[in-house]
Amino acid sequence: MSVKYTNEHEWVRVEGDVGTIGITNYAQEQLGDVVFVEVPAVGRKVAKGESVAVVESVKAASDIYAPVSGEVVEANAALADSPGDVNAEPTGKGWFFKLRLSDKTELDGLMDEAAYDAFVKSLG
Amino acid sequence: MTETAAGPLKRTPLHALHRELGARLVPFAGYEMPVQYPTGILAEHAQTRAAAGLFDVSHMGQVRLTARPGRSAAKALEALVPGDIAGLQPGQQRYTQFTNETGGILDDLMVTSTGDHLLLVLNAACKDADLAHLQKHLSSACEVEPMFSRGLLALQGPQAAQALARLAPPVATMKFMTGAYVVIDGIECYVTRSGYTGGDGFEISTPADAADTIARKLLAQPEVKPIGLGARDSLRLEAGLCLYGHDIDTTTTPIEAGLLWSIGKERRAQGGFPGATVIQKQIAEGAPRRRVGLLPDGKAIAREGAEIAIAGKVVGKVTSGGFAPTLGRAVAMGYVERARSANGTKVELVVRGKPVPAEIAAMPFVKHAYYRG
Repeated sequence: MSVKYTNEHEWVRVEGDVGTIGITNYAQEQLGDVVFVEVPAVGRKVAKGESVAVVESVKAASDIYAPVSGEVVEANAALADSPGDVNAEPTGKGWFFKLRLSDKTELDGLMDEAAYDAFVKSLG
Repeated sequence: MTETAAGPLKRTPLHALHRELGARLVPFAGYEMPVQYPTGILAEHAQTRAAAGLFDVSHMGQVRLTARPGRSAAKALEALVPGDIAGLQPGQQRYTQFTNETGGILDDLMVTSTGDHLLLVLNAACKDADLAHLQKHLSSACEVEPMFSRGLLALQGPQAAQALARLAPPVATMKFMTGAYVVIDGIECYVTRSGYTGGDGFEISTPADAADTIARKLLAQPEVKPIGLGARDSLRLEAGLCLYGHDIDTTTTPIEAGLLWSIGKERRAQGGFPGATVIQKQIAEGAPRRRVGLLPDGKAIAREGAEIAIAGKVVGKVTSGGFAPTLGRAVAMGYVERARSANGTKVELVVRGKPVPAEIAAMPFVKHAYYRG
């Protein structure tokens, strides 16, 4: 199992050929209170970098991009009733969707935890 | 230092306090302002609806108009606004708008008569233009005195009165839309029972060097917590109140905006303010479009700029939209053609390219709770 990060502040946790995707603690802090999450339909095929979900805070809507290509195999339906999970547990209960990865080599282009931490620090 | 193209951001007298309280500061109308404190917008919104919240609105513009000998400041101001200013009794406050020659709104403002002068509160982004407008048109009749460095605190919520009355007992019996000079902690302030959250509350104008002290005294009351501009926006949206530059601007008239109530009967008849002929015509015949409330089905949020459509045909645009924490749902307001503006009309709001079913609904979304004695 490995966790990788994008510079759009998404994380992907890979188990076998399935990646679970959410946003980082830094991202949820920047967004503030999350009040709505639009998750993708199961079966949708998405390309790396494609806008797949939307997270709405009180102030603004933000797109969530697929960190890697694949097919949506599960979406977190619980977020419809408890969008605050994204704030409370961004890397736990607040996950957005799961993808069956179509090209695992795409993971190589993402940051590991140390690189992501350094990236966040560089943002000040 | 944070800088913009227009130069360094200005700071209010409460800047150090915001920092101390852990506010997230953002550029707003040329000022560095708190958008939220660590508890977050939802908690701050709930705090203001349930107890009391303290907002720093010192970025807004305060102006004093004092009549020159033999002149009337109220009569002079009526040449620029459609509100009944001459009819204000000492201590009375009124909401009105600066209009332009086509009936559009240059800014909306609060006017209070103290008996011997008028006190105006203007939007931060408009205050320099408003001041120039006032000086150009009123200087022969009045002394136009900007007081832009003064502090302005808004204490809002059902427990605002008990909290403020502990420091200044006379405020307990003040009624909505009245004002008075009140001594708070030994400092003379001008207090009005008003605000922009739809609830009970006060706005407190303080000398610049006393704002911090008074804010800390208020925050020391058990009912009061600091609230940022994020919650101020969600509170005013729930209350169905217009935000200048969004729901009203130079292209919207007070009639289109649903602000006819703010124009006195005599002034409707007599005119004598910029754009009067346009506004009087709209009063008589109806405006081509109207500001309406919108309740989308489901949870998607239609924000400013989203198109309003009926059966695929665009009939208007959302001017403010967001999550209403008190209701736990999305709400919006916008303009539609008058023929399509009846409550209950089914429309679609186009959110990220997708039509979301919605209904035109009465405002306010959350009932006003002003203190009328």
